Amino acid sequence: MPEQIICKNLTLGYEGNAVAENLNFTVSSGDYLCILGENGSGKSTLIKALLGLKPQISGNIEWGDGCKANEIGYLPQQTVVQKDFPASVREIVRSGCLAKCGLRPFYNKEEKELAESTMQQLGIDGLARRCYRELSGGQQQRVLLARALCATRKILLLDEPVTGLDPKAQTDLYELIAKLNSNGITIIMVSHDIAAAVRYSSHVLHIGSKKQLFFGKSSDYIKSRVGQTFIKSEEVEGDG
Amino acid sequence: MAEIFEKLQLYFSYPFVRYALIVGLLIALCSSLLGVTLVLKRFSFIGDGLSHVAFGAMAVAVVVGLTNTMIIIVPVTVIAAILLLRTGQNTKIKGDAAVAMISVGALAVGYLLINLFSKSANIAGDVCSTLFGSTSILTLKEQDVWLCIGISVLVIAVFIFFYHKIFSVTFDENFAKATGTNANVYNLLIAVVIALIIVLAMNLVGSLLISALVIFPALSAMRIFKSYFAVTVYSAVLSVCCALIGILVSILAGTPVGATIVSVDIAAFIISGITGSICGGARR
Repeated sequence: MPEQIICKNLTLGYEGNAVAENLNFTVSSGDYLCILGENGSGKSTLIKALLGLKPQISGNIEWGDGCKANEIGYLPQQTVVQKDFPASVREIVRSGCLAKCGLRPFYNKEEKELAESTMQQLGIDGLARRCYRELSGGQQQRVLLARALCATRKILLLDEPVTGLDPKAQTDLYELIAKLNSNGITIIMVSHDIAAAVRYSSHVLHIGSKKQLFFGKSSDYIKSRVGQTFIKSEEVEGDG
Repeated sequence: MAEIFEKLQLYFSYPFVRYALIVGLLIALCSSLLGVTLVLKRFSFIGDGLSHVAFGAMAVAVVVGLTNTMIIIVPVTVIAAILLLRTGQNTKIKGDAAVAMISVGALAVGYLLINLFSKSANIAGDVCSTLFGSTSILTLKEQDVWLCIGISVLVIAVFIFFYHKIFSVTFDENFAKATGTNANVYNLLIAVVIALIIVLAMNLVGSLLISALVIFPALSAMRIFKSYFAVTVYSAVLSVCCALIGILVSILAGTPVGATIVSVDIAAFIISGITGSICGGARR
Protein backbone atom coordinates (compact mmCIF):
# COMPACT_ATOMS: atom_id res chain seq x y z
CA MET A 1 0.00 0.00 0.00
CA PRO A 2 1.44 3.40 -0.95
CA GLU A 3 1.96 5.74 1.96
CA GLN A 4 -0.05 8.96 1.75
CA ILE A 5 0.98 10.76 4.91
CA ILE A 6 4.18 10.27 6.89
CA CYS A 7 4.60 12.20 10.15
CA LYS A 8 8.07 12.23 11.65
CA ASN A 9 8.88 13.60 15.12
CA LEU A 10 6.01 16.00 14.78
CA THR A 11 5.67 18.52 17.64
CA LEU A 12 2.59 20.71 17.75
CA GLY A 13 1.47 23.56 19.93
CA TYR A 14 0.42 27.15 20.40
CA GLU A 15 2.88 30.04 20.63
CA GLY A 16 5.81 27.80 21.40
CA ASN A 17 4.03 25.71 24.06
CA ALA A 18 3.96 22.11 22.90
CA VAL A 19 0.65 20.27 23.32
CA ALA A 20 1.78 17.11 21.57
CA GLU A 21 5.39 16.05 21.12
CA ASN A 22 7.15 13.53 18.94
CA LEU A 23 4.27 12.11 16.98
CA ASN A 24 5.34 9.38 14.56
CA PHE A 25 2.84 7.69 12.32
CA THR A 26 2.05 6.85 8.73
CA VAL A 27 -1.22 6.66 6.85
CA SER A 28 -1.41 4.45 3.78
CA SER A 29 -3.94 4.43 1.01
CA GLY A 30 -7.14 2.70 2.14
CA ASP A 31 -6.38 2.93 5.87
CA TYR A 32 -8.99 3.79 8.47
CA LEU A 33 -7.08 5.62 11.18
CA CYS A 34 -8.74 6.57 14.45
CA ILE A 35 -7.13 9.27 16.57
CA LEU A 36 -7.96 8.84 20.24
CA GLY A 37 -7.06 10.88 23.28
CA GLU A 38 -8.44 12.92 26.15
CA ASN A 39 -9.54 16.52 25.76
CA GLY A 40 -6.58 18.83 25.43
CA SER A 41 -4.25 16.11 24.19
CA GLY A 42 -3.71 17.91 20.91
CA LYS A 43 -6.09 16.05 18.60
CA SER A 44 -7.59 19.19 17.13
CA THR A 45 -4.16 20.75 16.77
CA LEU A 46 -3.00 17.65 14.88
CA ILE A 47 -5.96 18.00 12.52
CA LYS A 48 -5.17 21.65 11.89
CA ALA A 49 -1.56 20.73 11.15
CA LEU A 50 -2.62 17.98 8.72
CA LEU A 51 -4.90 20.43 6.94
CA GLY A 52 -2.13 22.97 6.71
CA LEU A 53 -4.06 25.50 8.78
CA LYS A 54 -1.43 25.66 11.49
CA PRO A 55 2.31 25.23 11.16
CA GLN A 56 4.03 22.63 13.31
CA ILE A 57 6.72 23.61 15.84
CA SER A 58 9.13 20.96 14.60
CA GLY A 59 9.17 17.71 12.68
CA ASN A 60 7.81 16.86 9.27
CA ILE A 61 4.59 15.97 7.54
CA GLU A 62 5.37 14.31 4.23
CA TRP A 63 2.82 13.66 1.52
CA GLY A 64 3.04 10.72 -0.81
CA ASP A 65 0.98 8.94 -3.45
CA GLY A 66 0.16 12.19 -5.25
CA CYS A 67 -1.57 13.76 -2.24
CA LYS A 68 -1.19 17.38 -1.25
CA ALA A 69 -2.08 19.16 1.94
CA ASN A 70 -5.12 20.81 0.39
CA GLU A 71 -6.44 17.62 -1.15
CA ILE A 72 -8.01 16.37 2.03
CA GLY A 73 -11.77 16.24 2.33
CA TYR A 74 -12.58 17.72 5.71
CA LEU A 75 -15.64 17.21 7.86
CA PRO A 76 -15.33 19.86 10.57
CA GLN A 77 -17.26 20.09 13.79
CA GLN A 78 -20.38 22.16 13.31
CA THR A 79 -20.05 25.85 14.03
CA VAL A 80 -22.58 28.22 15.54
CA VAL A 81 -22.79 30.11 12.25
CA GLN A 82 -24.09 27.06 10.41
CA LYS A 83 -27.01 26.56 12.78
CA ASP A 84 -28.98 29.42 11.26
CA PHE A 85 -27.40 29.72 7.85
CA PRO A 86 -29.98 29.96 5.09
CA ALA A 87 -28.54 27.59 2.51
CA SER A 88 -29.99 24.74 0.50
CA VAL A 89 -28.36 21.32 0.63
CA ARG A 90 -27.39 21.59 -3.04
CA GLU A 91 -25.61 24.90 -2.50
CA ILE A 92 -23.57 23.46 0.35
CA VAL A 93 -22.58 20.26 -1.45
CA ARG A 94 -21.56 22.26 -4.53
CA SER A 95 -19.32 24.49 -2.42
CA GLY A 96 -17.08 21.44 -2.03
CA CYS A 97 -16.10 21.88 -5.68
CA LEU A 98 -14.92 25.43 -5.11
CA ALA A 99 -11.22 24.63 -5.05
CA LYS A 100 -11.56 23.11 -8.53
CA CYS A 101 -12.90 26.41 -9.87
CA GLY A 102 -9.82 28.50 -9.27
CA LEU A 103 -10.69 32.03 -10.32
CA ARG A 104 -13.66 30.98 -12.43
CA PRO A 105 -16.68 32.59 -10.76
CA PHE A 106 -19.28 29.87 -11.39
CA TYR A 107 -19.44 26.07 -11.31
CA ASN A 108 -19.24 24.24 -14.62
CA LYS A 109 -21.34 21.29 -15.74
CA GLU A 110 -18.96 18.60 -14.50
CA GLU A 111 -18.82 20.08 -11.02
CA LYS A 112 -22.60 20.31 -10.84
CA GLU A 113 -22.88 16.67 -11.94
CA LEU A 114 -20.28 15.63 -9.37
CA ALA A 115 -22.39 17.28 -6.66
CA GLU A 116 -25.55 15.51 -7.86
CA SER A 117 -23.93 12.07 -8.06
CA THR A 118 -22.33 12.49 -4.62
CA MET A 119 -25.70 13.37 -3.13
CA GLN A 120 -27.15 10.23 -4.70
CA GLN A 121 -24.29 8.14 -3.35
CA LEU A 122 -24.99 9.33 0.19
CA GLY A 123 -28.76 9.07 -0.18
CA ILE A 124 -29.49 12.77 0.27
CA ASP A 125 -30.53 13.61 -3.30
CA GLY A 126 -34.13 13.89 -2.10
CA LEU A 127 -33.08 16.69 0.25
CA ALA A 128 -31.32 18.80 -2.39
CA ARG A 129 -33.76 21.71 -2.19
CA ARG A 130 -34.26 21.56 1.56
CA CYS A 131 -32.81 24.12 3.93
CA TYR A 132 -29.73 22.90 5.79
CA ARG A 133 -30.80 24.28 9.18
CA GLU A 134 -34.07 22.30 9.09
CA LEU A 135 -32.38 18.91 8.71
CA SER A 136 -31.71 16.43 11.49
CA GLY A 137 -28.20 16.11 12.89
CA GLY A 138 -27.51 12.91 10.95
CA GLN A 139 -28.71 14.42 7.69
CA GLN A 140 -26.58 17.51 8.26
CA GLN A 141 -23.49 15.35 8.72
CA ARG A 142 -24.28 13.55 5.45
CA VAL A 143 -24.51 16.89 3.67
CA LEU A 144 -21.12 17.95 5.00
CA LEU A 145 -19.73 14.52 4.12
CA ALA A 146 -21.01 14.94 0.56
CA ARG A 147 -19.34 18.35 0.39
CA ALA A 148 -16.06 16.84 1.57
CA LEU A 149 -16.33 14.09 -1.06
CA CYS A 150 -16.77 16.73 -3.76
CA ALA A 151 -13.43 18.20 -2.71
CA THR A 152 -11.48 14.94 -2.83
CA ARG A 153 -11.74 11.22 -3.42
CA LYS A 154 -8.52 10.33 -1.65
CA ILE A 155 -8.52 11.20 2.05
CA LEU A 156 -11.36 12.18 4.37
CA LEU A 157 -10.58 13.80 7.69
CA LEU A 158 -13.46 13.65 10.15
CA ASP A 159 -13.47 15.65 13.38
CA GLU A 160 -15.71 13.85 15.91
CA PRO A 161 -18.42 13.26 13.31
CA VAL A 162 -20.96 11.55 15.58
CA THR A 163 -21.02 14.18 18.34
CA GLY A 164 -24.59 15.11 19.19
CA LEU A 165 -26.24 12.41 17.10
CA ASP A 166 -28.70 9.87 18.49
CA PRO A 167 -27.50 6.22 18.65
CA LYS A 168 -29.31 5.18 15.46
CA ALA A 169 -27.88 8.09 13.48
CA GLN A 170 -24.42 7.35 14.95
CA THR A 171 -24.52 3.75 13.71
CA ASP A 172 -25.79 4.85 10.28
CA LEU A 173 -22.98 7.36 9.93
CA TYR A 174 -20.33 4.83 11.03
CA GLU A 175 -21.66 2.32 8.50
CA LEU A 176 -21.61 4.95 5.77
CA ILE A 177 -18.04 5.89 6.56
CA ALA A 178 -17.02 2.23 6.61
CA LYS A 179 -18.62 1.83 3.18
CA LEU A 180 -16.68 4.80 1.80
CA ASN A 181 -13.53 3.28 3.26
CA SER A 182 -14.17 -0.04 1.57
CA ASN A 183 -14.48 1.90 -1.71
CA GLY A 184 -10.84 2.88 -1.24
CA ILE A 185 -11.08 6.27 0.45
CA THR A 186 -8.59 6.75 3.26
CA ILE A 187 -10.31 7.78 6.49
CA ILE A 188 -8.76 9.70 9.38
CA MET A 189 -11.17 10.20 12.25
CA VAL A 190 -10.84 11.94 15.56
CA SER A 191 -13.14 10.30 18.07
CA HIS A 192 -14.17 9.95 21.68
CA ASP A 193 -16.10 6.80 20.99
CA ILE A 194 -13.55 4.08 21.67
CA ALA A 195 -15.92 1.15 21.14
CA ALA A 196 -16.75 2.23 17.61
CA ALA A 197 -13.14 3.22 17.01
CA VAL A 198 -11.75 -0.26 17.61
CA ARG A 199 -14.63 -1.90 15.77
CA TYR A 200 -14.44 0.07 12.52
CA SER A 201 -10.87 1.33 12.24
CA SER A 202 -7.82 -0.46 10.87
CA HIS A 203 -5.30 1.64 12.79
CA VAL A 204 -5.29 3.59 16.05
CA LEU A 205 -3.23 6.60 17.08
CA HIS A 206 -3.58 7.30 20.80
CA ILE A 207 -2.24 10.62 22.06
CA GLY A 208 -1.79 11.06 25.80
CA SER A 209 -0.85 14.21 27.63
CA LYS A 210 2.01 15.58 25.56
CA LYS A 211 3.16 12.30 24.06
CA GLN A 212 2.16 9.54 21.73
CA LEU A 213 0.98 6.47 23.64
CA PHE A 214 0.20 4.10 20.83
CA PHE A 215 0.27 3.80 17.09
CA GLY A 216 -0.47 0.57 15.23
CA LYS A 217 -3.17 -1.80 14.09
CA SER A 218 -6.47 -1.71 15.93
CA SER A 219 -6.24 -5.43 16.69
CA ASP A 220 -2.90 -4.84 18.43
CA TYR A 221 -4.30 -1.83 20.27
CA ILE A 222 -6.99 -3.91 21.98
CA LYS A 223 -4.30 -6.25 23.32
CA SER A 224 -1.89 -3.46 24.36
CA ARG A 225 -1.75 -2.12 27.91
CA VAL A 226 -2.64 1.41 26.86
CA GLY A 227 -5.64 0.15 24.98
CA GLN A 228 -6.82 -2.12 27.79
CA THR A 229 -6.63 0.66 30.37
CA PHE A 230 -8.35 3.18 28.15
CA ILE A 231 -11.13 0.83 27.14
CA LYS A 232 -11.73 -0.10 30.80
CA SER A 233 -11.78 3.49 32.01
CA GLU A 234 -14.29 4.39 29.31
CA GLU A 235 -16.48 1.44 30.28
CA VAL A 236 -16.43 2.46 33.93
CA GLU A 237 -17.41 6.00 32.94
CA GLY A 238 -20.15 4.62 30.75
CA ASP A 239 -21.55 2.52 33.60
CA GLY A 240 -21.38 5.33 36.13
CA MET B 1 -54.08 60.55 -6.47
CA ALA B 2 -53.63 63.07 -9.28
CA GLU B 3 -52.37 65.60 -6.78
CA ILE B 4 -49.70 63.25 -5.56
CA PHE B 5 -48.48 62.56 -9.08
CA GLU B 6 -48.41 66.27 -9.89
CA LYS B 7 -46.44 66.93 -6.75
CA LEU B 8 -43.97 64.14 -7.57
CA GLN B 9 -43.65 65.43 -11.14
CA LEU B 10 -42.84 68.87 -9.83
CA TYR B 11 -40.20 67.52 -7.46
CA PHE B 12 -38.61 65.30 -10.09
CA SER B 13 -38.15 68.26 -12.38
CA TYR B 14 -35.38 69.30 -9.99
CA PRO B 15 -32.10 67.49 -10.76
CA PHE B 16 -31.10 67.15 -7.08
CA VAL B 17 -34.22 65.11 -6.35
CA ARG B 18 -33.44 62.80 -9.27
CA TYR B 19 -29.85 62.46 -8.05
CA ALA B 20 -31.09 61.60 -4.59
CA LEU B 21 -33.33 58.88 -5.96
CA ILE B 22 -30.60 57.28 -8.12
CA VAL B 23 -28.03 57.35 -5.32
CA GLY B 24 -30.54 56.14 -2.76
CA LEU B 25 -31.55 53.10 -4.79
CA LEU B 26 -27.96 52.16 -5.63
CA ILE B 27 -26.88 52.41 -2.02
CA ALA B 28 -29.83 50.32 -0.90
CA LEU B 29 -28.94 47.64 -3.45
CA CYS B 30 -25.25 47.48 -2.51
CA SER B 31 -25.76 47.56 1.22
CA SER B 32 -28.19 44.64 1.11
CA LEU B 33 -25.78 42.33 -0.74
CA LEU B 34 -23.37 41.67 2.10
CA GLY B 35 -26.00 41.80 4.83
CA VAL B 36 -26.41 38.04 5.01
CA THR B 37 -22.67 37.52 5.34
CA LEU B 38 -22.38 40.09 8.10
CA VAL B 39 -25.39 38.85 10.08
CA LEU B 40 -24.09 35.29 10.00
CA LYS B 41 -20.54 36.19 10.86
CA ARG B 42 -21.94 37.99 13.93
CA PHE B 43 -20.83 41.33 12.58
CA SER B 44 -24.24 43.01 12.44
CA PHE B 45 -22.84 46.03 14.17
CA ILE B 46 -19.83 46.53 11.96
CA GLY B 47 -21.88 48.93 9.84
CA ASP B 48 -22.46 51.05 12.87
CA GLY B 49 -18.84 50.86 14.00
CA LEU B 50 -17.41 51.72 10.61
CA SER B 51 -19.79 54.57 10.03
CA HIS B 52 -18.67 56.12 13.28
CA VAL B 53 -15.10 55.74 12.13
CA ALA B 54 -16.11 57.47 8.91
CA PHE B 55 -17.70 60.21 10.99
CA GLY B 56 -14.49 60.61 13.00
CA ALA B 57 -12.44 60.72 9.82
CA MET B 58 -14.75 63.33 8.38
CA ALA B 59 -14.39 65.46 11.49
CA VAL B 60 -10.62 65.35 11.06
CA ALA B 61 -10.95 66.26 7.39
CA VAL B 62 -13.19 69.22 8.19
CA VAL B 63 -10.89 70.45 10.94
CA VAL B 64 -7.85 70.20 8.68
CA GLY B 65 -9.83 72.18 6.13
CA LEU B 66 -10.01 69.77 3.19
CA THR B 67 -12.72 70.46 0.65
CA ASN B 68 -12.78 66.87 -0.61
CA THR B 69 -13.32 64.95 2.63
CA MET B 70 -13.42 61.59 0.78
CA ILE B 71 -9.61 61.59 0.52
CA ILE B 72 -9.41 60.91 4.25
CA ILE B 73 -12.72 59.12 4.88
CA VAL B 74 -12.30 56.27 2.38
CA PRO B 75 -8.82 55.01 3.36
CA VAL B 76 -9.44 55.38 7.11
CA THR B 77 -12.69 53.44 6.92
CA VAL B 78 -11.18 50.72 4.76
CA ILE B 79 -8.30 50.26 7.19
CA ALA B 80 -10.69 50.12 10.15
CA ALA B 81 -12.81 47.50 8.36
CA ILE B 82 -9.78 45.33 7.68
CA LEU B 83 -8.63 45.56 11.30
CA LEU B 84 -12.11 44.76 12.65
CA LEU B 85 -12.72 41.72 10.46
CA ARG B 86 -9.24 40.42 11.17
CA THR B 87 -9.88 40.52 14.89
CA GLY B 88 -12.74 38.10 14.30
CA GLN B 89 -10.27 35.24 14.32
CA ASN B 90 -7.50 35.27 16.90
CA THR B 91 -6.96 38.27 19.06
CA LYS B 92 -7.28 39.36 22.62
CA ILE B 93 -10.20 41.71 21.96
CA LYS B 94 -13.05 39.77 20.36
CA GLY B 95 -15.20 40.92 17.47
CA ASP B 96 -18.10 42.59 19.25
CA ALA B 97 -15.92 44.31 21.83
CA ALA B 98 -13.56 45.58 19.14
CA VAL B 99 -16.47 46.96 17.10
CA ALA B 100 -17.96 48.67 20.15
CA MET B 101 -14.61 50.14 21.15
CA ILE B 102 -13.74 51.59 17.76
CA SER B 103 -17.28 52.76 17.17
CA VAL B 104 -17.69 54.72 20.37
CA GLY B 105 -14.11 55.92 20.37
CA ALA B 106 -14.28 57.35 16.86
CA LEU B 107 -17.63 58.99 17.54
CA ALA B 108 -16.39 60.69 20.70
CA VAL B 109 -13.12 61.90 19.19
CA GLY B 110 -14.87 63.11 16.05
CA TYR B 111 -17.45 65.10 17.98
CA LEU B 112 -14.78 66.53 20.24
CA LEU B 113 -12.69 67.69 17.28
CA ILE B 114 -15.63 69.34 15.55
CA ASN B 115 -16.62 71.10 18.74
CA LEU B 116 -13.13 72.37 19.43
CA PHE B 117 -12.11 73.48 15.98
CA SER B 118 -15.14 74.01 13.77
CA LYS B 119 -15.74 77.55 12.57
CA SER B 120 -19.35 76.90 11.64
CA ALA B 121 -21.99 78.69 13.67
CA ASN B 122 -24.38 75.77 13.76
CA ILE B 123 -22.32 72.90 15.20
CA ALA B 124 -25.26 70.94 16.57
CA GLY B 125 -27.00 71.12 13.20
CA ASP B 126 -23.88 69.98 11.32
CA VAL B 127 -23.33 67.02 13.60
CA CYS B 128 -26.97 66.05 13.52
CA SER B 129 -27.12 66.04 9.74
CA THR B 130 -24.00 63.88 9.52
CA LEU B 131 -25.34 61.41 12.05
CA PHE B 132 -28.82 61.16 10.58
CA GLY B 133 -28.08 62.13 6.98
CA SER B 134 -31.12 64.36 7.00
CA THR B 135 -30.23 66.79 4.27
CA SER B 136 -26.94 65.78 2.72
CA ILE B 137 -28.50 63.48 0.13
CA LEU B 138 -30.41 66.44 -1.29
CA THR B 139 -27.21 68.45 -1.78
CA LEU B 140 -25.47 65.94 -4.06
CA LYS B 141 -23.67 67.27 -7.10
CA GLU B 142 -23.46 65.53 -10.43
CA GLN B 143 -19.92 64.30 -9.76
CA ASP B 144 -21.04 62.73 -6.47
CA VAL B 145 -23.66 60.81 -8.38
CA TRP B 146 -21.09 59.50 -10.87
CA LEU B 147 -18.77 58.50 -8.03
CA CYS B 148 -21.65 56.66 -6.40
CA ILE B 149 -22.55 54.87 -9.64
CA GLY B 150 -18.91 53.88 -10.14
CA ILE B 151 -18.48 52.43 -6.66
CA SER B 152 -21.86 50.66 -6.86
CA VAL B 153 -20.98 48.98 -10.14
CA LEU B 154 -17.66 47.91 -8.66
CA VAL B 155 -19.31 46.49 -5.52
CA ILE B 156 -21.94 44.60 -7.51
CA ALA B 157 -19.37 43.22 -9.94
CA VAL B 158 -17.11 42.03 -7.12
CA PHE B 159 -20.06 40.42 -5.37
CA ILE B 160 -21.25 38.53 -8.45
CA PHE B 161 -17.77 37.45 -9.44
CA PHE B 162 -16.90 36.10 -6.00
CA TYR B 163 -20.43 35.01 -5.04
CA HIS B 164 -19.59 31.33 -4.50
CA LYS B 165 -16.37 32.11 -2.68
CA ILE B 166 -18.12 34.51 -0.33
CA PHE B 167 -20.75 31.84 0.34
CA SER B 168 -18.15 29.21 1.12
CA VAL B 169 -16.02 31.43 3.34
CA THR B 170 -19.07 32.58 5.30
CA PHE B 171 -20.58 29.14 5.71
CA ASP B 172 -17.45 27.34 6.78
CA GLU B 173 -14.16 29.17 6.85
CA ASN B 174 -12.13 26.19 8.05
CA PHE B 175 -13.37 23.93 5.29
CA ALA B 176 -12.69 26.59 2.68
CA LYS B 177 -9.14 27.00 3.99
CA ALA B 178 -8.54 23.26 4.23
CA THR B 179 -9.52 22.69 0.62
CA GLY B 180 -7.23 25.39 -0.64
CA THR B 181 -9.41 28.51 -0.88
CA ASN B 182 -7.52 31.51 0.36
CA ALA B 183 -10.08 32.57 2.96
CA ASN B 184 -8.00 35.47 4.25
CA VAL B 185 -8.01 37.16 0.87
CA TYR B 186 -11.79 36.89 0.65
CA ASN B 187 -12.25 38.16 4.19
CA LEU B 188 -10.12 41.13 3.22
CA LEU B 189 -12.21 41.64 0.11
CA ILE B 190 -15.42 41.54 2.15
CA ALA B 191 -13.97 44.10 4.56
CA VAL B 192 -12.99 46.51 1.79
CA VAL B 193 -16.35 46.21 0.04
CA ILE B 194 -18.20 46.85 3.30
CA ALA B 195 -16.11 49.92 4.02
CA LEU B 196 -16.88 51.31 0.55
CA ILE B 197 -20.60 50.67 0.97
CA ILE B 198 -20.63 52.41 4.32
CA VAL B 199 -18.84 55.49 3.08
CA LEU B 200 -21.41 55.66 0.30
CA ALA B 201 -24.36 55.09 2.57
CA MET B 202 -23.39 57.89 4.95
CA ASN B 203 -24.82 60.31 2.38
CA LEU B 204 -28.17 58.62 2.45
CA VAL B 205 -29.06 57.71 5.99
CA GLY B 206 -26.19 59.16 7.98
CA SER B 207 -23.86 57.23 10.20
CA LEU B 208 -26.34 56.19 12.88
CA LEU B 209 -28.77 54.35 10.65
CA ILE B 210 -26.44 52.50 8.27
CA SER B 211 -26.70 49.23 10.18
CA ALA B 212 -30.41 49.22 9.41
CA LEU B 213 -29.77 49.32 5.65
CA VAL B 214 -27.28 46.48 5.90
CA ILE B 215 -29.14 44.24 8.34
CA PHE B 216 -32.90 44.60 7.84
CA PRO B 217 -33.23 43.30 4.25
CA ALA B 218 -31.06 40.28 5.06
CA LEU B 219 -32.97 39.45 8.23
CA SER B 220 -36.30 39.86 6.45
CA ALA B 221 -35.21 37.54 3.64
CA MET B 222 -33.90 34.94 6.11
CA ARG B 223 -37.39 34.72 7.64
CA ILE B 224 -38.90 33.50 4.38
CA PHE B 225 -36.34 31.86 2.12
CA LYS B 226 -34.30 28.71 2.50
CA SER B 227 -31.43 29.03 0.09
CA TYR B 228 -28.58 31.51 0.05
CA PHE B 229 -29.35 32.51 -3.52
CA ALA B 230 -33.02 33.24 -2.81
CA VAL B 231 -32.13 35.14 0.36
CA THR B 232 -29.59 37.28 -1.50
CA VAL B 233 -31.93 38.10 -4.39
CA TYR B 234 -34.92 38.81 -2.15
CA SER B 235 -32.96 41.03 0.20
CA ALA B 236 -31.62 43.06 -2.73
CA VAL B 237 -35.10 43.50 -4.23
CA LEU B 238 -36.65 44.26 -0.85
CA SER B 239 -33.98 46.80 0.00
CA VAL B 240 -34.44 48.68 -3.28
CA CYS B 241 -38.24 48.69 -2.90
CA CYS B 242 -38.04 49.95 0.67
CA ALA B 243 -35.62 52.69 -0.33
CA LEU B 244 -37.91 53.75 -3.21
CA ILE B 245 -40.98 53.89 -0.99
CA GLY B 246 -39.02 55.63 1.76
CA ILE B 247 -37.67 58.32 -0.55
CA LEU B 248 -41.05 58.99 -2.18
CA VAL B 249 -42.78 59.21 1.19
CA SER B 250 -40.14 61.52 2.56
CA ILE B 251 -40.52 63.82 -0.46
CA LEU B 252 -44.32 63.91 -0.22
CA ALA B 253 -44.58 64.14 3.55
CA GLY B 254 -41.43 66.14 4.17
CA THR B 255 -40.02 63.61 6.62
CA PRO B 256 -36.26 63.00 7.06
CA VAL B 257 -35.05 60.66 4.30
CA GLY B 258 -32.89 58.25 6.30
CA ALA B 259 -35.32 57.70 9.13
CA THR B 260 -38.20 57.17 6.69
CA ILE B 261 -36.32 54.51 4.71
CA VAL B 262 -35.39 52.67 7.89
CA SER B 263 -39.01 52.79 9.08
CA VAL B 264 -40.13 51.22 5.81
CA ASP B 265 -37.42 48.55 6.30
CA ILE B 266 -38.76 47.80 9.77
CA ALA B 267 -42.29 47.45 8.39
CA ALA B 268 -40.99 45.09 5.68
CA PHE B 269 -39.22 43.04 8.34
CA ILE B 270 -42.41 42.65 10.35
CA ILE B 271 -44.39 41.66 7.25
CA SER B 272 -41.69 39.15 6.24
CA GLY B 273 -41.63 37.71 9.75
CA ILE B 274 -45.40 37.15 9.71
CA THR B 275 -45.30 35.71 6.17
CA GLY B 276 -42.45 33.40 7.16
CA SER B 277 -44.20 32.02 10.22
CA ILE B 278 -47.41 31.44 8.26
CA CYS B 279 -45.72 29.74 5.29
CA GLY B 280 -42.88 27.92 7.00
CA GLY B 281 -44.58 26.78 10.20
CA ALA B 282 -42.66 27.28 13.43
CA ARG B 283 -39.24 28.42 12.38
CA ARG B 284 -37.53 30.85 14.70
